[in-house]
Amino acid sequence: MSEHHDHHTAHGDDHGHHDGGHVEHGTFKSYTIGFILSVILTAIPFWVVMDKVFAKSSTTAAVILTLAAVQIVVHMIYFLHMNTRVQAGWSMLAMIFTVVLVGILLTGSIWVMYHLNTNMMPGMMADPTQELSTSDMSSMAPGAIGKMHHMNMNDVP
Amino acid sequence: MSEITAPSTGAMSADPSSRFHVREHHPENGTLLGFWIYLMSDCLLFASLFATYAVLGRSYAGGPSGAQLFELPTVALNTAFLLLSSITYGFAMLESQRQRVKSTLVWLAITGLFGAAFLTVELREFAHLIHEGAGPQRSAFLTSFFSLVGTHGLHVTFGIVWLITLMFQLGRHGLTAANQRRLMCLSMFWHFLDVVWIGVFTFVYLMGVLP
Repeated sequence: MSEHHDHHTAHGDDHGHHDGGHVEHGTFKSYTIGFILSVILTAIPFWVVMDKVFAKSSTTAAVILTLAAVQIVVHMIYFLHMNTRVQAGWSMLAMIFTVVLVGILLTGSIWVMYHLNTNMMPGMMADPTQELSTSDMSSMAPGAIGKMHHMNMNDVP
Repeated sequence: MSEITAPSTGAMSADPSSRFHVREHHPENGTLLGFWIYLMSDCLLFASLFATYAVLGRSYAGGPSGAQLFELPTVALNTAFLLLSSITYGFAMLESQRQRVKSTLVWLAITGLFGAAFLTVELREFAHLIHEGAGPQRSAFLTSFFSLVGTHGLHVTFGIVWLITLMFQLGRHGLTAANQRRLMCLSMFWHFLDVVWIGVFTFVYLMGVLP
């Protein structure tokens, strides 16, 4: 990385004579480091899933999601040359803003829709029917409960 | 403001000149920053598709599940193609900084071939799924799957079209400042697609086959 920094400062001195202003360039070293890290960070999740290393799905999911997050950071640093100096920090600011929005979008959607699904589950719909008296139950058409279940499931024929 | 008046005269003289440099090259900075902001908005597009998949990804409608459909070795091959295309694009950038047109073009061509290989494998997978009756109309899971992975594939397609166009421009005009800037933009676009693919193979394929 020291090579990378030297390159950057040298570039900063004659800044603006021949190329597009304050942009970061990689070096052969930085691209190679990024590539090797990416290969490792890609191989591990495939190995974890294909060889069924963990018994619990939730453990596997946590591990591969963490590795994906790390790999995204690796790509940002080594391939997209992200740091706080690019475009005087505006690129970083735009990215942080996007990360916040993506976070709200993903957690919000999953949270809201999970609760919606839970409240719409056939199991939840069965509760009111239990409070009905037996006479009401018997007066209901035999297929009524089944129909209610059917409506609330995702499988529309 | 009091901090600015406090330093010695040496710092005072350095300060306006650096301001001058920043102002003069603002338009060229603007292209790259603008393109970056475009990529961030594209990121939001993908985030919406990921959120849709997160919500609908287990609604099989009695149809096939991810565990039955996905072939992880194929996905691993595709991931390798895209990752290799990322590093070869990096090498093209390094060659362009050394003002070597020929080797830049060679590395760009290799990048394009890896991109095309990725697309071929993906389209074969799509064709296979549709042939098996697991098309986008089969279930909410498959609709969200095809939307997300298809949008990524569409981005790669346009990336390749852009790449070929840029190769012709480089061949004709050489590594001019404008072409260098275009190479930088496509570089960001290409690496960004690889970043999105990390999300796709982790969230869709690997998590899709978990019991």
